[in-house]
Amino acid sequence: MKKIIATMMALAMAVSLAACGGNGGQQSQAPSTQNPGTQAPSTAEPAAELSGTVLCVGSTSMEDVMKTLAEQFGIDNQGVTVNVEGGGSGAGVEGALNGTADIGLASRALKDEEKSQGLVETELALDGIAVIVNPANGVSDLTVEQIAQIYTGEITNWSELGGSDGEIALIGRESGSGTRDGFESITGTEDLCQYDEELTSTGSVIESVRNNPNAIGYASLSATEGDDTIKTLTVGGVAPSEATVLDGTYEIQRPFMLITKEGAELSAQAQAFFDWITSPAANDLIAGAGAVPVAE
Amino acid sequence: MTDLSSLPQQEKKPEERTSMMTKFKNRFGLHTARDVVEFIVHAIFFLCGFVAVACVLFISIYLIISGIPAIGKIGVVEFLFGDTWQPSQELYGILPFILTSLAGTAGAILIGVPIGVLTAMFLAKVANNKVAAVIRSAVSLLAGIPSVVYGLVGMMVLVPAIRELFNLPSGASLLAAIVVLAIMILPSIINVAETSLRAVPKEYEEASLALGATHIETIFRVSLPAARSGVATAIVLGIGRAIGEAMAIIMVSGNVANMPGSLFTPVRFLTTAIASEMNYATVGSVWRDALFSIGLVLFLFIMLINVILNVFIKNKKED
Repeated sequence: MKKIIATMMALAMAVSLAACGGNGGQQSQAPSTQNPGTQAPSTAEPAAELSGTVLCVGSTSMEDVMKTLAEQFGIDNQGVTVNVEGGGSGAGVEGALNGTADIGLASRALKDEEKSQGLVETELALDGIAVIVNPANGVSDLTVEQIAQIYTGEITNWSELGGSDGEIALIGRESGSGTRDGFESITGTEDLCQYDEELTSTGSVIESVRNNPNAIGYASLSATEGDDTIKTLTVGGVAPSEATVLDGTYEIQRPFMLITKEGAELSAQAQAFFDWITSPAANDLIAGAGAVPVAE
Repeated sequence: MTDLSSLPQQEKKPEERTSMMTKFKNRFGLHTARDVVEFIVHAIFFLCGFVAVACVLFISIYLIISGIPAIGKIGVVEFLFGDTWQPSQELYGILPFILTSLAGTAGAILIGVPIGVLTAMFLAKVANNKVAAVIRSAVSLLAGIPSVVYGLVGMMVLVPAIRELFNLPSGASLLAAIVVLAIMILPSIINVAETSLRAVPKEYEEASLALGATHIETIFRVSLPAARSGVATAIVLGIGRAIGEAMAIIMVSGNVANMPGSLFTPVRFLTTAIASEMNYATVGSVWRDALFSIGLVLFLFIMLINVILNVFIKNKKED
C-alpha cells in the first residue's frame, strides 16, 4: 500500500511539473477592453428582448476585436451569447456561404468569384501594423519590398539600408497570431520569415526592440502610438497613423470584413449585433482592441 | 413524574430503531463513540488521498485520449521525427522541440550539477555555521522566486548580455535558456545533495582522516561516493524541473521552431510549443490535437524521469 501511495505521489509531482507548461484558456473569454473607463455607450434599447446565440467564424486576426464587441453586446443584451471562433478568413467565407456561421469574418476583401456566389462584405475596421526599430537605429524609412527582403533574409545587415553596421535581428510574433498573419500576408512573406525571436505578445516585441539596437519588429498600430522608447518606421515615406490608414496611404494595412450572404436573412439577434458593431457606437471598443474603426 | 416514566421508554426506543445501525457498527468493530470518530477520520484521510489519485488518473487519461488521435492522423514517425513544425502548411514534426528540450536540459544539468553539488559539499562539510546559514537562506529564496521573474530578468539582462558578448543579432537563444534553467534547478540539487552528504556516517570520514587523507580528499573520495545515490536523486530531480519548465524559457529562448543547431540558435521547447500556440489552435483541428500530443510526449518524458527517480530512491534505501 505504501508503495502504491508513493508511486501516486510521484505521479502527482510529475503532473504538477508538467502542468507549468500548459495554457488552459482555450476558448478564453473575450479580452476586456483596454480602457474600461471609456466603454462605448450601450446598445440602443432593443425593441424586443433579444435571445439566442450569434456565431461569428473566421479570421483569427479579428478575434480580439470581435471578442471585445461580443463581450459588450452580451452585457447589454443578457439573453444573447455571441460566440467568436477562429479558423482563418477562408473558414469565415466558407461559414457565411454555407450558413454554418451567422457572420463570417475575413481580414481581406472578398475575391470576385466569392462575390459571384452571393456573398456581401461590410467593412468593420482597418488594421494597421507598425514596423518598429530601436531609437538608436539610423534607418527611418523602408519600402514594403525592403521590409519583405529583411524578413525573408535577403537583407541581413543594416548597412545595406543606409544604417550603421549591424546584423538585423528579426523579431516577430508566434504562428497563429493575427498580427503576424496580417504582417506576413501584406508583405507577401507567409512562412518565409527567418525570425530570430517569436514572442508571444505585443508588449514583448516592443520590449525586445527597445533593448536591441539591431532589432526590427512589428506590432499593431495602437500599441506603438506615442511610445518614444521605440522608433516607428515610415513605410514608403508615410508615417502610420489612424488618418493615413483610413485614407489608404499607409501600405501595411488590411480591412476587417464582415461577410454575409445576400438574400439570407440574419436572425434578430445577429442582425442587432451586426447593426451595432457597424455603427459609430462601437468605434471606441474597436479602437480599444487595436483596430481603426471606419463607421461614421 | 411524567418525565421519569417516559425516560426508560425513550432509552429503549432508539435502541430498537438502531438495531440495524448497531449491526453495522459491530460488523466494522465500531463499539464506542471513539471508534466511530476513528472510522470517520479514516474515511476523510482516504478521501483526501483519493483526490490526488483521481486528479492524476483524470489528467493521464485525458492526455492519452486527446493526444493519441493527432499522432494517428499525422503518423508516429512524421510526428516524432519530422523536422518541420509549420501548422499553416500542415507540417507537424516535433523533433526540433524534443531535441531542444533534451539539449536544454542536458546543458542545464552540465552547468547546474557541478555548481549545485559543490555548493552542497561546501554547506555540508566545509562552511562554518554562520556562512552556511546565509547561503542556505539564499538558496531557499532562489527556490521561491516565481519562474516568470527568472524569465523577465533573463530577458532584460541575460539576453542583451549574450548578444553583446558574442556579437549576435539577438541574444535570445538556447544558451540563454540553458543558463536560466541551470539557475532554476540549483535549489533542488543543493538541498537534496546536502541532505545526503550530511547522512554519510561520521566513521567513514574519521577512518579516512586517520589514514592520513586531507579534509578535501576525504570529502571527494569518501563522502561524495558514499552519498552517490542521493546525488543521483538530486540530478534526476533537476532534470524533472528543467524539462517541465515553460514560463521562464519562453521569454529568453527566442521561441522559433528551429533545430537546436548551435548554442546561439533561437529555439522552442516542448513546453513552450504548447504554451505559445494553444490560444490560437482552433478547437477540433489537427493543430490543436497535435499540441495535446506534444503534451503527451512531455508527460511520457516526465514519467520516465520519475521511474528513474524511484529506482534511485529504492537503491538508496537498500544501501
